[in-house]
Amino acid sequence: MSDDLVLGGRRFRSRFILGSGKFSLDMTRRVIEEGGVEMATLAVRRASAAGEGNVLDSMPEGITLLPNTSGARSAEEAVRIARLARELGCGDFVKIEIIRDTKYLLPDNRETVRAVGMLADEGFVPMPYMMPDLTAARDMADAGAAAVMPLGSPIGSNRGLLTKEFVKMMVEELDVPVIVDAGIGKPSQACEAMEIGCAAVMANTAIATAGDVPGMARAFRMAIEAGRLAYLSGTGRVLDGRAEASSPLTGFLERSP
Amino acid sequence: MCPETPVLRITVNGREAEVPEGSTVLDAVASMGFDSARIAVEIDGCVCPRSELPVRRVRGGERMEVVSFVGGGRCPTTSF
Repeated sequence: MSDDLVLGGRRFRSRFILGSGKFSLDMTRRVIEEGGVEMATLAVRRASAAGEGNVLDSMPEGITLLPNTSGARSAEEAVRIARLARELGCGDFVKIEIIRDTKYLLPDNRETVRAVGMLADEGFVPMPYMMPDLTAARDMADAGAAAVMPLGSPIGSNRGLLTKEFVKMMVEELDVPVIVDAGIGKPSQACEAMEIGCAAVMANTAIATAGDVPGMARAFRMAIEAGRLAYLSGTGRVLDGRAEASSPLTGFLERSP
Repeated sequence: MCPETPVLRITVNGREAEVPEGSTVLDAVASMGFDSARIAVEIDGCVCPRSELPVRRVRGGERMEVVSFVGGGRCPTTSF
């Protein structure tokens, strides 16, 4: 039976979403290949004159592009950016990023809920980046979000899944896919997110700041697959306050005098 | 002696620019060195559909934003 991730009417075998920042054009392609990535984010910015490479040139055929609304500080600005992104001709998926906090880069859930509704009404497939808050996530799902993307820890921090308990609540209570995004710093942390039932993990800085960038992309791929398989297999029960022997308690050798 | 072609003054990506009167939006962006296959254009706050780029005439005073995809995201400042 297929375990594909279904989002916006598309099926993905990979549950590793790549943030494309901080890589050269050549390295972007290598990371996508080594990571088995099928979806990557892009930002929208003022264009430069032709002659400089364009990030689209490093995207392999068939990859799903996920434009983000980075730079937006309100729902209206997010919609503006999303419309331009769609006109660039790469589909209807949009990752909503609305950030008014310049120190921690935390997303604004209130504006994001509004943006989800506005963009869903215009036929986009909204995927909102958000602070892990079950109530806000419900509102986003009701407004038309194809998935919700709670942060693990601040963007670029590599601090891991600090929000684990709140992400777990969202996985347990929501019908939409929960995709952890931001702050995942090691493959083990990506694996941890998948073990608790997240649908996918998005990472960027963890790979871009690694010693061996392609190697780390490959490690993330393996960790996300391992975490998903662990979740589907059902992790074992946890004993609190006592141990339970793994070997039989009979048939011991006679004690030495 | 040929009369000079009148020019229109517009703003593109925050900078003043001049284009010959009668230019289409496609003419304008191409003359500035943009790769028309990799850009989208917003004029006075409204997205110009790609299909209109080669037919819509530039008007004086218009403010254009010419954008393309780049890697990354998460910039806390206004991008344009």
